[in-house]
Amino acid sequence: MTNAMPGTQSAVRPLVEVKDLTVDFVSRDATVRAVNGVSFDVMPGEVLCIIGESGSGKSVTLRSLMRLHPKARTVIAGHMRVGDYDILSLSEKEMNAVRGAAISMVFQEPMTALDPVYTIGEQIAETVMRHERCSRETADKRALELLQMVKVPSPERRLKAYPHELSGGLRQRAMMAVALSCRPTLLLADEPTTALDATVQIQVLIVLRRLQEDFGMGVIFVTHDLGVAAQIADKVAVMYAGRIVEYGTVRDVLLNPKHPYTLGLMASTVNGQKKGEDIDAIPGSPPDLRALPPGCSFAPRCRLADAACEADFPAPVIRAGGHMTRCFKANGEIRPMEAAGIA
Amino acid sequence: MSLQPSERHLQAVKPGHPHDRGGKAQPMLIVENLKKYFPIHGGLLNRKVAEVKAVDDVSFSVLKGETLGIVGESGCGKSTLARLLMHLLPRDKGTLIFDGDPVDEPRGMSLRDLRRNLQMVFQDSYSSLNPRLPIEDSIAYGPSVHGMSRAKARAKARELLEKVGLRPDLFAGRYPHELSGGQKQRVNIARALALDPRMLILDEAVSALDKSVEAQVLNLLGYLKRHFNLTYMFISHDLHVVRYISDRVLVMYLGQVVEIGPVEDIYTQPKHPYTMALLASRLEIDPDQRIDTPPIVGDPPNPINPPSGCRFRTRCPLAEPICAERTPTLGTGAFAASDHRAACHVTNPVAGHSFAGRSLQSIAPSEMPARFAESA
Repeated sequence: MTNAMPGTQSAVRPLVEVKDLTVDFVSRDATVRAVNGVSFDVMPGEVLCIIGESGSGKSVTLRSLMRLHPKARTVIAGHMRVGDYDILSLSEKEMNAVRGAAISMVFQEPMTALDPVYTIGEQIAETVMRHERCSRETADKRALELLQMVKVPSPERRLKAYPHELSGGLRQRAMMAVALSCRPTLLLADEPTTALDATVQIQVLIVLRRLQEDFGMGVIFVTHDLGVAAQIADKVAVMYAGRIVEYGTVRDVLLNPKHPYTLGLMASTVNGQKKGEDIDAIPGSPPDLRALPPGCSFAPRCRLADAACEADFPAPVIRAGGHMTRCFKANGEIRPMEAAGIA
Repeated sequence: MSLQPSERHLQAVKPGHPHDRGGKAQPMLIVENLKKYFPIHGGLLNRKVAEVKAVDDVSFSVLKGETLGIVGESGCGKSTLARLLMHLLPRDKGTLIFDGDPVDEPRGMSLRDLRRNLQMVFQDSYSSLNPRLPIEDSIAYGPSVHGMSRAKARAKARELLEKVGLRPDLFAGRYPHELSGGQKQRVNIARALALDPRMLILDEAVSALDKSVEAQVLNLLGYLKRHFNLTYMFISHDLHVVRYISDRVLVMYLGQVVEIGPVEDIYTQPKHPYTMALLASRLEIDPDQRIDTPPIVGDPPNPINPPSGCRFRTRCPLAEPICAERTPTLGTGAFAASDHRAACHVTNPVAGHSFAGRSLQSIAPSEMPARFAESA
């Protein structure tokens, strides 16, 4: 999508505006373009899921919003605005004030994201004191409230626990409590449930969804799991090789996908396929980001690709309801019969 | 990279296996009363203070030519079970019978023979390959240890590389760090096949892969199973994948088997409340089918001090006093392939549970004890 989505909430200013974001990682051997001209908006109180495989640039996009990349080796271009902050023009000190307060993040691995030598309570209170300059007592009280909010059982006892004393699900909830401690307007979540069991994952997703509604936060949620996206997203962006190739409401993208990559991803996801029959897997593997093909990055794996696809990267085409695809072949209606054969 | 093994490698093979001893009806593997407790040391004299009951009295069998799926949450003992079967960990108690021969017992099968016949593929494709060996040598290592000449073992490695879809002329000399995750897992599968095993244990073998690659590797596993007449034990936490690949499914909870049966029976008519909750936690790719109340609350209890009686009772919506007093069993006697059994008092009409004899599907949520009505 080039600008704001047509026809939807044009009166409200988006909470997040990202325009033509490119992120290059520079090393002695090569320059890797991990994010290649990504633009999207997130409305206040909206959950955007970014779906993609490893190396598609989804986590890099997310981390750029908090400027978490090593400065010396990263070149970020484009424009990012979150609330009133122009992310790329903030000084390091200003950025520190924004991190954890207006924008906060939940990581995939809570064991490495939490500090092993401080208790959960101390870590939540530290964030509150740092950003709100309140007393230790107020911060402690807040920490207890937060643990109750993320549905940690017996929260008084858990405040005094160290991260290693908690199970994976509880650790991830504690991580969420730290992230929510200053009531951020934007929560970034980088595969927060991937390492959890299905039974625990669904509990965490339900809590996250409920808190998001209560706080009215915008959330950008990165996942590779289409099921998780279906559970939590309002909007979905599908990334491939550093670009968003499909974007739209969760129902448009997951129930009526247009891009051959999205279709392939759905066909590859094992979910009720017939036993004994092969899964319709996408052949090949993602392209090398050091040397991207000039045309559509998905063309080498796409069954519909022809000479035009290999010559040029397709421009975005936006359908009714803001459903965007970047594909020469998806511009017409793909009938279900053909769609099944694409993957 | 050629993606699927070409058809010429996949010509149908004669039924039966040249190494078959027990005949068709003899299960490939019988496991009886397998136990593994990990001691916890502590205190002043570093004495044993507690035990983790990782695998506690597990019995089942794997039939010839089938795929047995094993599911359960992390920490339920799935991987310990796999390592016990491979003898990567010594067992505390229990017997293993491989194709009619007891393993590691007088007049039984030696460990060397077992490892020839039973191989394993691990989850982490990188750490299970030697980073200093070209993949061809990694694959040839097993056969040469088992007495094959170097040249023959290399030829075998190249043949297997081709079968798992990696062109030997491009890949044979590469080191593990030069391969993608999917390619490394293909190498691990090739290495597991290098000794002509009859059974493979796949411990979360596709879990770390991207979806498109996972689908490719699952297809490959299907081809290889048909081509080499293999038997699989497929351990995974992904219930969708287990349904697709398995013939029978075994559900574990805190070191014990709680349910076992044919895959469709388990998925459509689960008999254990835990299985039902696991299945209800699956996410569908359909935004209209969102789950609003968690099917199960909390995390599994600590395996050091598991609850008395039924270990699931602390999270079970149907728990009654009887569940704390008596431990439900899977029942005794021989298992037929079509047997569907659950270790739950509800399935046993004479156990004294108030829902005894009713199917779980017939119990309405309103009938369940009140403390589970409010959730999460």
